Amino acid sequence: MVQAAKAGPTKRRGKATPTPTSAATSNTAGGMTQEQLLQAYRDMLLIRRFEEKAGQLYGMGLIGGFCHLYIGQEAVVVGMQTCLQPGDQVITSYRDHGHMLATGMESRGVMAELTGRSGGYSKGKGGSMHMFSREKGFYGGHGIVGAQVSLGAGLAFANMYRNDGTVCLTYYGDGAANQGQVFESYNLAALLKLPVVFVIENNKYGMGTSAERASASKDRSKDGTPWGIPGEQVDGMDVQAVREAGLRAVAHCREGKGPYILEMKTYRYRGHSMSDPAKYRTREEVQKMREQHDPIETLRKILLDGGLDEGKIKTVDDDVKRIVADAAEFAQTSPEPDEKELWTDILLEAR
Amino acid sequence: MGATILMPALSPTMTEGKLARWLKKEGDTVAAGDVIAEIETDKATMEVEAVDEGEITKILVPEGTEGVQVNSVIAELDGGDAGHAAHGPEQPVSNAVQAGGETAQVAKEAEDYGAVAARGTARKEGAAAETQPAASPEPEKEWGETKSITVREALRDAMAAEMRRDDKVFLMGEEVAQYQGAYKVSQGLLDEFGPKRVVDMPITEHGFTGMAVGAGMSGLRPIVEFMTFNFSMQAIDQIINSAAKTLYMSGGQLGCPIVFRGPNGAAARVAAQHSQCYASWYAHVPGLKVVAPWSSADAKGLLRAAIRDPNPIIFLENEILYGQSFECPTDEDFILPIGKAKIERKGKDVTIVAFSIEVGLALKAAEKLAEQGIDAEVINLRTIRPLDIDTIVASVKKTNRLVTVEEGWAFSGIGCEVAMQVIEHAFDHLDAPPVRVAGLDVPMPYAANLEKLALPTVDHVVDAAKSVTYKK
Repeated sequence: MVQAAKAGPTKRRGKATPTPTSAATSNTAGGMTQEQLLQAYRDMLLIRRFEEKAGQLYGMGLIGGFCHLYIGQEAVVVGMQTCLQPGDQVITSYRDHGHMLATGMESRGVMAELTGRSGGYSKGKGGSMHMFSREKGFYGGHGIVGAQVSLGAGLAFANMYRNDGTVCLTYYGDGAANQGQVFESYNLAALLKLPVVFVIENNKYGMGTSAERASASKDRSKDGTPWGIPGEQVDGMDVQAVREAGLRAVAHCREGKGPYILEMKTYRYRGHSMSDPAKYRTREEVQKMREQHDPIETLRKILLDGGLDEGKIKTVDDDVKRIVADAAEFAQTSPEPDEKELWTDILLEAR
Repeated sequence: MGATILMPALSPTMTEGKLARWLKKEGDTVAAGDVIAEIETDKATMEVEAVDEGEITKILVPEGTEGVQVNSVIAELDGGDAGHAAHGPEQPVSNAVQAGGETAQVAKEAEDYGAVAARGTARKEGAAAETQPAASPEPEKEWGETKSITVREALRDAMAAEMRRDDKVFLMGEEVAQYQGAYKVSQGLLDEFGPKRVVDMPITEHGFTGMAVGAGMSGLRPIVEFMTFNFSMQAIDQIINSAAKTLYMSGGQLGCPIVFRGPNGAAARVAAQHSQCYASWYAHVPGLKVVAPWSSADAKGLLRAAIRDPNPIIFLENEILYGQSFECPTDEDFILPIGKAKIERKGKDVTIVAFSIEVGLALKAAEKLAEQGIDAEVINLRTIRPLDIDTIVASVKKTNRLVTVEEGWAFSGIGCEVAMQVIEHAFDHLDAPPVRVAGLDVPMPYAANLEKLALPTVDHVVDAAKSVTYKK
């Protein structure tokens, strides 16, 4: 495993989240306690600050190749992660840093993978799009658009095969939702009643092509209708709405009723990747989302209105800032992988 | 504590750009995430966001400035921070873009060239490492009593034995369960193991292959039957990008124990889309093992080893061989090692290397050659990747002549690889240029006469052996 990453200072409750019943009995707004909301705020802020730092390191030439930032979409993974139990799995595409942090993977190990260092989760051999943690139930990090959807169905197939009640969250974007294998996976999942939640992160643009220009399906939550897969559209900028819908979806899967589709209406503030001319949308559109629908600002306001002491929020802000600065420092000081690593991990030794 | 704001790069190759616009001015306070400026290159425009919070105390580069070097300081927050170690431009950065301008481009090209050269060397080391001879070429284990069974039965028996041994092993594919197998290879398995472990799939190769790979990553041991390997093309992305590469990309954390099996190569009279050998396609890829059995013993022993192997395996069967019978050991533990070739016939004059159905062809050719006084050694590769080059080289050092036989096309084929490796390892031992016998460089025709012309024959092999031994 990633030793250096483990040594990191990041603390997180991992996936020990309340079950639906306990949440329902101690709820405030949206079924979440003040404490849970503060935790969600912290988790979203960590992703935001981490991604901003990644963008900065990219600008300095310390991160190479492709780098797809998750800024704006934080409520989706953070809300969904609160619905999971130990043993559940998460799999996603290449816009994956947020998912890793949400599953409890260490900031240090993720950032060091971005800089291609030995302290990274894949020892520097995977990069931004290819990180994994079996321990945290995170199965990547996949660079081929849509491929993770059938892989996610496979993780759910294994859950069914083992009959252990676990669920797989399979994330993909509105762009990937047009791939043929996604529809093949809907059919297989419905046919075999696989415990998989298909989470479409509809951020309105597949690279530079708006969802309207890419799909004749206007309500992606209904894409599973021919196979009888229930679906719903969710305000993906609202972590409480995400959690509520997520709990319904995950419960459906755990009860053995088969797959579920959640279309998260979300938004990415940054470009598709770092070199994105952003000619396909107006600055006003981005600005409007940031000012009126930002998931973190909205939750911050809810917390303050709920009577939370501003000092507590400041403590969280400082804590997150420190973790990210530490991760960035680690990612720059961790050595490059040993040249011997070039030839390792190609095949496993047959016993 | 102050900080500096640096000119960011839009891509790893960008060295400079235009500072198009400042959205903040000196004296403004910014928070992390605020857009503070816009930069442009000939390709794109990007917003610069503040990473630290504070007051912009100084703007060092006015808007509209062209040719601003990446990583140069463009503004200061809270008075800047000369001692701020982490992000200053004086920080050594390994990427060539840092140097900027033409020099960086030249350096970059030099670096690329160096990388290519280094790769060449490394490959050589790797090839050597991969084909490191086993301590001593052990003779094949003696398995005792044998019985004549068909290749089809051997494959089924192998799957059944491994499914009894490990409940994580399951079979999935089109028509594998209720129909008892499109080619009857899975006959009886549904009855013994039930529908949970013998799973019928709809005609949806891309989807079910991805699903099987996901199940493999999760720790199950799927056997995926392709009705024929031609249909694996629908799913080749999942086989190569997901199954073969994930172990490496995960730094060794996440492997995928999986077997993809089914008939490969030409059947008979099924034309171009259903008659192709995929050996060289899959053998090209590090992270995969490629196995191609010929006899019943090969089929049984190698399939058992493939199912137990922790890596993704391409297991290339042949439809025409399914009904052929061969002696096969009856020992319950019978298994063969992956990566070991078998000398099917010993000889001293010429080495004939073949795999799958072509092994039979090579043996027939060897009989004809014997009648003409040429003593051929026939090597059954059994495994294509990793290639057992030691056995081949040892043989060529004895015979000094090489003929390769395959059903697939010669161009970039397995014969190329075998011949090239022989040249690398035993050039001085060759008394004649190696000759490849292969399928003709055409899509497979349907007409019986044309199809026959497109495939290797015994006479082609005989002629090739005679040409390398300079006998008329």
